[in-house]
Amino acid sequence: MARAFTPKVVTANALLEGDAIWFTQNGTWTRDIAEAELITDEAHGDLRLIEAQADQAMVAGVYLADAKAGPNGPEPVHFRETFRTRGPSNYAHGKQEA
Amino acid sequence: MYVYNDFDENFVRNRVAQFRGQVERRIDGSLTEDEFKPLRLMNGLYLQLHAYMLRVAVPYGTLNSAQMDKLAYIADKWDKGYGHFTTRQNIQYNWPELRDVPDMLSALADVGMHAIQTSGNTIRNVTADHFAGAAADEIEDPRPTAELLRQWSTDHPEFQFLPRKFKIAVTGAEADRAVTRAHDIGLRMVRNDAGEAGYEVIIGGGLGRTPMVGKVLRAFLPRADLLPYCEAIVSVYNLLGRRDNKYKARIKITVHENGLEKIQELVEQRFAHISPAFAGVDQTMLTGIEKSFAAPTYVQKSTDGFEAARLANPAFRSWSDTNLSAHKADGYAIVSISIKKHGATPGDATSDQMRVMAELARQYGHDELRISHEQNVILPHVHKSDLPAVYAALRAADLATANIGLISDIIACPGMDYCALATARSIPVAQDIATRFDALKLEHEVGPLKIKISGCINACGHHHVGHIGILGLDRAGVENYQITLGGDGTETTAIGERAGPGFGADDIVPAVERLVLGYLDLRNDADETFLQAYRRLGAAPFIAILYPEKAAKNAA
Repeated sequence: MARAFTPKVVTANALLEGDAIWFTQNGTWTRDIAEAELITDEAHGDLRLIEAQADQAMVAGVYLADAKAGPNGPEPVHFRETFRTRGPSNYAHGKQEA
Repeated sequence: MYVYNDFDENFVRNRVAQFRGQVERRIDGSLTEDEFKPLRLMNGLYLQLHAYMLRVAVPYGTLNSAQMDKLAYIADKWDKGYGHFTTRQNIQYNWPELRDVPDMLSALADVGMHAIQTSGNTIRNVTADHFAGAAADEIEDPRPTAELLRQWSTDHPEFQFLPRKFKIAVTGAEADRAVTRAHDIGLRMVRNDAGEAGYEVIIGGGLGRTPMVGKVLRAFLPRADLLPYCEAIVSVYNLLGRRDNKYKARIKITVHENGLEKIQELVEQRFAHISPAFAGVDQTMLTGIEKSFAAPTYVQKSTDGFEAARLANPAFRSWSDTNLSAHKADGYAIVSISIKKHGATPGDATSDQMRVMAELARQYGHDELRISHEQNVILPHVHKSDLPAVYAALRAADLATANIGLISDIIACPGMDYCALATARSIPVAQDIATRFDALKLEHEVGPLKIKISGCINACGHHHVGHIGILGLDRAGVENYQITLGGDGTETTAIGERAGPGFGADDIVPAVERLVLGYLDLRNDADETFLQAYRRLGAAPFIAILYPEKAAKNAA
């Protein structure tokens, strides 16, 4: 039996600022993972990745990251992705600064 | 110090202009990320977890005050008011925006600096002993050699697409402060029995996933043969090095797989072939370069004020005991400014701190500064009578931590707080260890102890050569820290041995504390350092301290 698909979000870095961004259902980019599209189907995930990668003038380094459904929207699963939602731990810089 | 000639100036300015065009074409969509990435990496621009990162070379760790001031200016104008000094004598800016990077590079060019070849599969920033030109144990200043290598390797047409990155370090002293045995090429300036100057050439050292201590390729290379010989080494590696697997692509693997003898034979053949073409041009250039590194005009004055201040001020005495090193000139000292205040990020300096250090160099330090691979800043030439004033200024800038060479003088890579390659964080571990030992008030009693932390197997934090090395890994989605013991990055280089299973993020600081307190019980006397005790006793008693439950079970 095929392994169950882990839900995912499409994520990247913004081209100009370089910070973490996520792909929404409308095909736009958001700086809040909770507003991202949570992808629960593998084939749909592949398609969304291709569509996101086509947005070359906006973003760099597009990839699929594991995520889970939370009360307010998608949440990261792995600690690396959690760090990307807030910033480094040694200074209040990055997204946590806002 | 070396000052750019017209050729250097034009080259760097042209590169900035080229990169400005490339950035514009990326932003207007004419270049894809795949096309742009190798271009930005050639200019030291990475994309990390939260932002771009610009890595600027500090060639062989040497800076003047105007350059340090410019680094502060860049931090304020285009970053967040600080910079991170790295284990390869570079400085990294963690928050530049893409559009600003050409202006940052242009500002660097104003003071003869650049970010060229700080990334990519090229010959990287040539590093050197951070006490170069000042150390009492120095045979010869390694910086002219390092500058010659910098000029030769920068934009060298044959070496822009090597199998993998290539790092060269040079030392001219007995004590190896440049970790030469952990470099692709390590050069030790030596003299032969006839008293002639030359180099011991070491190749194939490196850390990373397959740590190896470098091997001597030539015990004595005459001074004049340096460039053709290095060119022969890199040339042989360029053809023989593996390109099928990036984890086997460094020269250490090439040497390991082919054997030192075969490499020696190929290098000598290649050397014989190319050396006539150099025709002494390189030596003429070296003579010119050497003039730029003439020793400063030392002053003669009394050091009574220094001795009096030591007696009067215990804090100054403690700082001068730990943070000063022996200088070759009478009445002078080398000052190591610790960028490792307890609880702060190792290697980070604010723009205000950079300006204070620049001003001290101008006022008291013959206008020279150095960046050490241990992520501290050095004032290489300070007269002892000026030390009380230097100390007072450092103290006012929160730069007077008296911990050089002690537990809290930790090397740590940026880890997963910034780096896209990292598997775990390093900085919080370093912060917590330093804070803990500061609270215990034990580090002066413990004495010399090097803790080095890497946030992934690539070992930018040099954990393999830490007396205590810590490697951060991802174990099933949780940060986990492995300890290695007995590593040494000096002239008695050794790769640390893995102690056993890793520790969780909450357990790593208590584990280090256990280890250090346990060492205090194991040592013969206060003069036996951690590393000496480890070498005398072997790993077993230290492992028993690290894993008390396992030791208890074995004893039962």
